Amino acid sequence: MDLIADHISHRFGALDVLDKVSFQVASGEVVAIVGPSGCGKSTLLSILGGLLRPSGGQAELRGAPPAGSLNPLTFVFQDFALLPWCTVAENVEFPLVHTSLNAAERRAVVDDALRRTGLSDFRGTYPKQLSGGMRQRVGIARALAVKPAILLMDEPLSALDSQTRELLMEDFIRLLADGGMAAVYVTHNLEEAVRLADRIVVLSRRPGRVREVVTIPMTRDERGGIEARGKLIGLQNELWSLIREEAIDAEREVQHA
Amino acid sequence: MLDRATSQAAKPGEGETRPVAFRGAGFTPRAGRVSGWIALALVIAFWQLAGSAGWVNALFLPAPSAIVVAIYKLALSGALWQHLSWSIMRIGSGWVLGTMAGVVVGFAIGLSTLARGIGITFISALFPIPKIALLPLLILWLGIGEEPKIATIALGVFFSTAISVYSGVDAVPRNLIRMAQSFNVPFHAIVTRVIWPGAMPSILAGFRITASVALLLVVSAEMIGAQYGIGAFVLQAGNLMQTDQLLAGVVILSLFGLAVGRLINWLEARLLHWR
Repeated sequence: MDLIADHISHRFGALDVLDKVSFQVASGEVVAIVGPSGCGKSTLLSILGGLLRPSGGQAELRGAPPAGSLNPLTFVFQDFALLPWCTVAENVEFPLVHTSLNAAERRAVVDDALRRTGLSDFRGTYPKQLSGGMRQRVGIARALAVKPAILLMDEPLSALDSQTRELLMEDFIRLLADGGMAAVYVTHNLEEAVRLADRIVVLSRRPGRVREVVTIPMTRDERGGIEARGKLIGLQNELWSLIREEAIDAEREVQHA
Repeated sequence: MLDRATSQAAKPGEGETRPVAFRGAGFTPRAGRVSGWIALALVIAFWQLAGSAGWVNALFLPAPSAIVVAIYKLALSGALWQHLSWSIMRIGSGWVLGTMAGVVVGFAIGLSTLARGIGITFISALFPIPKIALLPLLILWLGIGEEPKIATIALGVFFSTAISVYSGVDAVPRNLIRMAQSFNVPFHAIVTRVIWPGAMPSILAGFRITASVALLLVVSAEMIGAQYGIGAFVLQAGNLMQTDQLLAGVVILSLFGLAVGRLINWLEARLLHWR
């Protein structure tokens, strides 16, 4: 299943946030969206996921979702969005309760999602008892439980410390390789973008326009080697040079707002 | 290669060392239960001493022992249970009615633009009215009997409940609702599984307030027009200058309030254990 951003524009009142943003995410592809602060990355993701109606253009899907997918477009949120009154297992089960699955099937799906995210020993734990990294794992387990075709990830690592980010990044790489899912990954972090994405959509400062689409010239498996790391750092620097001036302008704009 | 060392000298360098002064004390008050009970016991002991020694006139301030005796006699005679049962019936009926209406209206205001527009206007206009002032009007409408007293309590409870419920609904993190929507969870399930538990802390805080409001209104209503009830009993005792009985009534009200508070604490512990 492909996800298409077709000339998406959006404005909040008098503020133009996005201006005719178009790109496509093919089945199984990971596309990162980067850009200066306030360029509308998260707004774009909300529009792509059907949580916000765009002022212009539209988000479209092409092709059928994979068999058994209960929620083809599934978010992983920056702030985890876990129900604090539910245990880990209940949080993962939450999106399944109103599906056609019976209790035994739900239990099996939850067990599988918890196993894949290393949470099997925490099923009865409440979110407040977990570290930030573990909470995000619950968010990922919940997303995996509905067998998504496309994951919409809104800065999923930005609320975490650098060590936890590194560990979860490894998990993302493994899960995306295992699951054959596509993903749209919104991030400020260029290192995350070049490590995870097949393509990177660079947005301009507000109103966000597609400034450039950068293709990463190696598979994710190839990115672990030392030689590849040098190339990735080079790519990261190129991306930064694309964004830097606008990031400075955006920063000043925010300070004067 | 990393330059590794397994330990480092504790105090490298020359010269005398001194500890860093601690500056982080205070501003962390803790509720000490023991100190509270000791203070209460000391006040009662002093009160008893003042009564026994004749420092205060027993007519104006009966000693605690006299109040205990009065409660004991009331319990033996059955009058205590008679008055208490009437008050509990009125509070219970009024509180349940007011709470049910308040929860429904509060949720409507919290979830519907139309209901919010209308509801907040009416609540803002009517909430400040002292509800006991409406009792004569309610007597006119509903007749002399239990209905106007129960209606007065229900009205008092309704407004506070509605406010605490819609405040609670407003306080539910929007990201949780968006999360549920992103999984296509149906509206009714978002209300019951996200908004209701999310608003529960505010709803229970509202229960604490409405329990006090109900107690206040039942006493006031019973003082205006009732033969039985703790309010009526306190008023009669005051008219007859039976201050030991009057204070016995006050103590019973206080104990009743404490019991309701404990019940709400228990509910909070059961329902909000996740906090």
